[in-house]
Amino acid sequence: MKLKNFLLTIGLIVFSLVLAACGNTDDNEEAETPTDNGETETEEVTLKVAALESAYGAEMWEKIKEAYEELNENVTVELTVEKNLEEVVRPNLQAGEYPDVFLLATGREEGLTDTLIKENGLEEITDVFGMTVAGEDVTVEEKLLDGFTDTLATNPYADGKTYLAPMFYSPTGLFYDANLLEEKGWDTPATWDEMFALGDKAKDEDISLFTYPVAGYFDSLIPSLMYAAGGPDFYNSAMTYEDGIWETEEAKQVLKTIANLGDYTHPNTVANANPNDFTKNQQMILDNEALFMPNGTWVVGEMSEAPRAEGFDWGMMPAPAFSEGGDRYAFTFFEQMWIPKAAENKDAAKEFLTFMYSDKAASIFLEAGAVQPINGITDQLEGNKKLFYSIYDEQGALPAMGGFASTEPVPGVNMHDSLYKSIDGVISGQVSLEEWQSNIEETSDKLRDAMN
Amino acid sequence: MNKKGSRNIFITVCVAPALILLATFMITPTIEVFRMSMYRWGGFSNTREFVGLENFKVLWNDMDFIQSFQNSILLIVLVAIITLIFAVFFAAVLTKEQVKGGNFFRIIFYIPNILSIVVIAGIFSAIYDPKSGLLNSIFGVLSLDSFEQLWLGDQEIVIYSIAGALVWQAIGYYMVMYMSGMASIPASYYEAASLEGANGITQFFSITLPLIWNNIRTTLTFFIISTINLSFLLVKAMTGGGPNGSTEVFLSYMYDQAYTNSTFGYGMAIGVVVFTFSFALAAIVSRITKRDVLEY
Repeated sequence: MKLKNFLLTIGLIVFSLVLAACGNTDDNEEAETPTDNGETETEEVTLKVAALESAYGAEMWEKIKEAYEELNENVTVELTVEKNLEEVVRPNLQAGEYPDVFLLATGREEGLTDTLIKENGLEEITDVFGMTVAGEDVTVEEKLLDGFTDTLATNPYADGKTYLAPMFYSPTGLFYDANLLEEKGWDTPATWDEMFALGDKAKDEDISLFTYPVAGYFDSLIPSLMYAAGGPDFYNSAMTYEDGIWETEEAKQVLKTIANLGDYTHPNTVANANPNDFTKNQQMILDNEALFMPNGTWVVGEMSEAPRAEGFDWGMMPAPAFSEGGDRYAFTFFEQMWIPKAAENKDAAKEFLTFMYSDKAASIFLEAGAVQPINGITDQLEGNKKLFYSIYDEQGALPAMGGFASTEPVPGVNMHDSLYKSIDGVISGQVSLEEWQSNIEETSDKLRDAMN
Repeated sequence: MNKKGSRNIFITVCVAPALILLATFMITPTIEVFRMSMYRWGGFSNTREFVGLENFKVLWNDMDFIQSFQNSILLIVLVAIITLIFAVFFAAVLTKEQVKGGNFFRIIFYIPNILSIVVIAGIFSAIYDPKSGLLNSIFGVLSLDSFEQLWLGDQEIVIYSIAGALVWQAIGYYMVMYMSGMASIPASYYEAASLEGANGITQFFSITLPLIWNNIRTTLTFFIISTINLSFLLVKAMTGGGPNGSTEVFLSYMYDQAYTNSTFGYGMAIGVVVFTFSFALAAIVSRITKRDVLEY
């Protein structure tokens, strides 16, 4: 009995010690408010850069580090380049240790960037665009392509202030086998009427008009359609959750077009539209089983090892217009670079950001296949890449950019799910157009009140 | 110091590491989950706001959560029942009947269990493939075209496809557990029974089943825990919760909310519900299956 009591007491003491220890760390965390040391340029600075290792590989970041350190001898760049960057840095962030610069786009599964935006954890970087590019004598603004810094993807609070710098852009559109269309004597459709007419023609030859990798890929097609239906103002109203916007004629036109695509989508598409099998959907284009799919320029590299129909030749076109001669848009994706509010070396981080737009950095990135949104970069591209990136010049497409405005997190409500993930149900006919539409409007209503 | 005192110190020193580890890595995080469920918090910043039971109120009206909960319960029930029946059946056949190559089958049945769940997802995406998949091909060969389905594309049946994969990977493990229980039943019982004229089926229900009952009770708890965990992994790897959320289970929904949707507190509230639910279910199952242990 005595022993039991004794053990119990010991257990309790240990337990309360652990709890107390945890309590203490909590306090520390709160006390550790970010401080600006006001370091001057000549001081030794260690700049912590965290970057996602994407399809472009990790090597280019090593080269960037070398180039930057050569330019600024007082700066040591400490790189964290990981494929699962979120998982690697999350514990550090929670312990209050922030890297100074992040290259991590919004809209990823783990939503780290999105979370920090929602929690106001990003440093404003509007002034960076007026700064001179490190190692050059022009400002960032002068080099940057037009339109990249007035989207919701860079100014998430829709207040004219920039928090995220645009990096590595990639036009998206409908990808197809140019050779197949040529062989069959089919023109690329310029309007949706032509598109569906082509679909009927293709059906006779046992080819489906459309397929998509996973429903999430509609986040490039739907914005293009929304731009085409109602122009930039309409798009921005929808992205800022304006009341009733999803019940307008324009919105209906967009959603109805997607629903109509259901009849023209390859019957196996939905069954393959998951993280395990989405390449089977992409393979349909290579095998000439389907004509078009929404995708980004990365698909060429992603499928480079896959078998394909004879004479296969990648083609890419902007989304068709709603009427003859109407505007056609191609959504531009870009990744983002940003500075956390809790970063220690903000000034050095901003300086580093400007370097990203230097010719030196751009050519390092380009070598790895990543294209920076700076003037004259398309001239340096070759092959397929040149074709894709010239979609705005050659095919007369207008650029569409930006995503939904940031809101405070709302439990159980997610626009991405309501708008895009439901498409699997819409295409397979298990969700009606009306259900889908009212569901989006409902989500939009709930998020409107939560806008920061 | 007397002998007893030093003995106590010795015991304390021996138990302390385990206790400290348990408290640090099990008890504290669990309490943290309960605490965080009452905050509105994205997961990073210092702006956490205490909201009391608000998260649970939202949860109560969240149809997506309710759907994922239903899916989880469906999976637990289906997987437990089907696996139990198959595993007991195969165990009985392999121990009682002199099957040729019994050991070989034992290994074959057990193999799925050592595979990683990601590999299983790969195997089953090949089986369920609408064009060249094993399942549709077999139906095609047998001219049963009406049975061909989009196993992962039809919202109505995709959850059963998930259940199929989970059953397949679980059977071997439970079979081996039941076999070990059956092997310890003295052969004389069966001899006596057959002298009395009891056939195989009667023997199974009157001798085998009652004598491995305790074994089955234990595995029922395993079924609950492992289905909750594995269904999350399988869904993440195989369907991503789709199409249109029809295979979302409560843990994948929790993950979505805590990370993708930046509502960490809400995610933790789901965690609390899952925690309570699994404990309660295990307790209930264990209570209603309680029988007097038969000694032999």
